[in-house]
Amino acid sequence: MYGWLWRKLPGGFAGKVSGCVALFVGGLALLFFVVFPWVEPRLPWNDVTVNSPSIEQTVVSPSPSALPS
Amino acid sequence: MTMAADFAVVTRGSRANQVIRGVGELFITLGVVVFLFVFYELWFTGIYTQHAQSQLNKQLQTEWAAPLPSPTTSPTTSPRPVISGSPTASSVPVAPVTAPTVTPIALPGDAIGIIRIPRLGANYGYAIVEGVSTDDLKKGPGHYPGTANPGGVGNFVISGHRTTYLAPFNGLGDMVIGDAIVIETRDTYYTYRVTKTASVLPTDVNVVLPVPGQPRAKATQALITLTTCNPKYSASHRLIISGLLESALPKSAGLPPALKGS
Repeated sequence: MYGWLWRKLPGGFAGKVSGCVALFVGGLALLFFVVFPWVEPRLPWNDVTVNSPSIEQTVVSPSPSALPS
Repeated sequence: MTMAADFAVVTRGSRANQVIRGVGELFITLGVVVFLFVFYELWFTGIYTQHAQSQLNKQLQTEWAAPLPSPTTSPTTSPRPVISGSPTASSVPVAPVTAPTVTPIALPGDAIGIIRIPRLGANYGYAIVEGVSTDDLKKGPGHYPGTANPGGVGNFVISGHRTTYLAPFNGLGDMVIGDAIVIETRDTYYTYRVTKTASVLPTDVNVVLPVPGQPRAKATQALITLTTCNPKYSASHRLIISGLLESALPKSAGLPPALKGS
């Protein structure tokens, strides 16, 4: 996989290295700004509220017997 | 053919060699991606929260510096109705409404005050955001809409992340009965004292009721409830810190005793 990538990248040694760096940075940005933010809410360990998953619906609607302060 | 000969064939760059190497590289890459995800969760998300917190603090300072448009207690200044979201998605039975709803003091996503917990450090302070949606909680600890306002009779409920997004509630496990929780609002320091700590199931909505555990009871006390996930890095339970209002002192009188001591 990486050997194939190395052979496909254009330029001499310097060109291949900068191509690698560019791909690495691009991949990192894709992960950190697109993939991870998408995956995160689908994983459970950020649930901090009671009665998830439909927090707003269940907690807001009762608005129980609290008095306006 | 001997073993050595087999090995020689594989290392020479056969088709099998290529496939095995490709699969190996794929797994190594996936491992690195998982590691990066951990890094993202535990550290990178904090950058976002840090930024959001400084925005919220700025917002609070600006709001508090400006003169009041009308008394804060007036319900007519409410910018929106308290109900949002469809009731159909509700999966947990809830208590019937028995009293007027709480007037929200801020729009969802806006700051409502600052939480200070001396046990977690003299400089511990987070702007509390209105709302507990995923996006709200990324900015900081969130106030359950519909629960009491700071210092109000009923239950003032705040949720916060324990391990990600700056982990504002990371240290809640260290809190003990009698610890102070100070909520700073525009002109008041509300000091609560912890009365109970517990670990409950995520479905236990009783803890956010105006009178926890008593769906129909009428609230007479001003309570605070902090919720976060428990144990750390898990979503199996919720850590609940309950407190009772001890004092409400005007900010003009200086820091409350609970903050002075720290």
